Amino acid sequence: MSEVLRLEAPFSEAAARSLEVGQRVLLSGVIYGARDQAHRRFIDALERGEELPLDLCGQVIYYVGPTPVPPGRACGSAGPTTGGRMDRYTPQLIAYGVRGLIGKGKRSPEVVAALKEHGAVYLAATGGAGALLGRRIREMRVVAYPDLGPEAVYRIVVEEFPVTVAIDSRGQNLYELGPARYRKA
Amino acid sequence: MRELNVELVTAQVARLCQEANFDLPPDVEAALQEVGKREESPTGRRILGELCENARLARSDRIPLCQDTGLVLVFVEIGQEVRVTGGSLSEAVNRGVAKGYTEGYLRKSVVADPLRRVNTGDNTPAVIYYDIVPGDAFRLTVMPKGFGSENCTALGMLKPADGLEGVKRFIIEAVDRAGPNPCPPVVVGVGIGGTADKALLLAKRALLRPLGSRHADPFIAGLEGELEEQVNALGYGPGGLGGRMTALAVHIETFPTHIAGLPVAVSLNCHALRHKTWVWEGEKSE
Repeated sequence: MSEVLRLEAPFSEAAARSLEVGQRVLLSGVIYGARDQAHRRFIDALERGEELPLDLCGQVIYYVGPTPVPPGRACGSAGPTTGGRMDRYTPQLIAYGVRGLIGKGKRSPEVVAALKEHGAVYLAATGGAGALLGRRIREMRVVAYPDLGPEAVYRIVVEEFPVTVAIDSRGQNLYELGPARYRKA
Repeated sequence: MRELNVELVTAQVARLCQEANFDLPPDVEAALQEVGKREESPTGRRILGELCENARLARSDRIPLCQDTGLVLVFVEIGQEVRVTGGSLSEAVNRGVAKGYTEGYLRKSVVADPLRRVNTGDNTPAVIYYDIVPGDAFRLTVMPKGFGSENCTALGMLKPADGLEGVKRFIIEAVDRAGPNPCPPVVVGVGIGGTADKALLLAKRALLRPLGSRHADPFIAGLEGELEEQVNALGYGPGGLGGRMTALAVHIETFPTHIAGLPVAVSLNCHALRHKTWVWEGEKSE
């Protein structure tokens, strides 16, 4: 699957369900940056029956803690962090309505099950390519939890942000399928 | 006896923190290009291409290679004929870290307390190791360590009866368990022997050996080569999305140990193996 798909974020459940594992995607539009501590606060709020500080229904969450923005630039270094640390929070956020996740690394069976049930996808960006990925970010601002510093929630405008469908809404998982193809007994 | 004022240390640490984050060492960049030629997976080759491009952009734009600009490890070798003046050396190092991380727009990733988790705001404190060595030189290495890979560290207190096979199995299993999470292609640092803490420190120091180098002991050098092949048979490849090149290298360091023990530690580093060194020899400072 070498053809690259151009996709606007946020995207519909139907669009999410049409994505297939291994597909290369260039994502443009609005996504939200959130990582460990922000996830914890989201879940605390949901469990108390409170509103989230922003409506994440149908949105894409990017696991990122960017570097401070140097003067004259839209963004510094902003690559993905390990998605697995968010595993304990993710099924609840998917059930709430989050449509897509961008990160790197493997996910739990519970996350895969939630993606299948609710028609959402996990997209992989290249870990450690923060300078390159930061160049695809046009705008970035803190929209919640500013006290968390690099762990605050960011509204991020991306243009042709390169990702690969790592786990699709049928539960097909590139973190298993890819290595299995190259593993020697 | 030469005198080194700590103000110079602060300035150099600030510089090294920035350079380490912007400028991938040449041996690491060369290794990424080299494995790009050997990678069979098209996805893997594309990712390696992105990583080489990322290194070029980081250097030219002075933007961190990775947004995780790490917790700073500092290795200091103080010649026993050097006298450090002007105040506390550790405080001077930490002032340098704060200055480098603030002026370089690097991410502040350190929380003051592991349980209450409030950010210190300037990426201090660093984790500092001191060695007293013969001579009158002062050598300082800054290594920003990202936690995607640090979280994959493994320590095994094996039994002597587990032997060489047990050690190999432990190392391969540690890399296998980590899978895609430490951002492969990784460098695998291994420490064997000493005590638990010594083995972990050996593993960390092993990461700093130049890529392409082998251990001086041919037995250990052979083991490094064998483990590289086994790690690259795991199939994770660049980014962990499948491929041949899971590791750039396996580096092993050893130390004498107790008759009852066989400690093994594995420290993984992502492909962004960042470190910069400053050597001071009085007037001939470089």
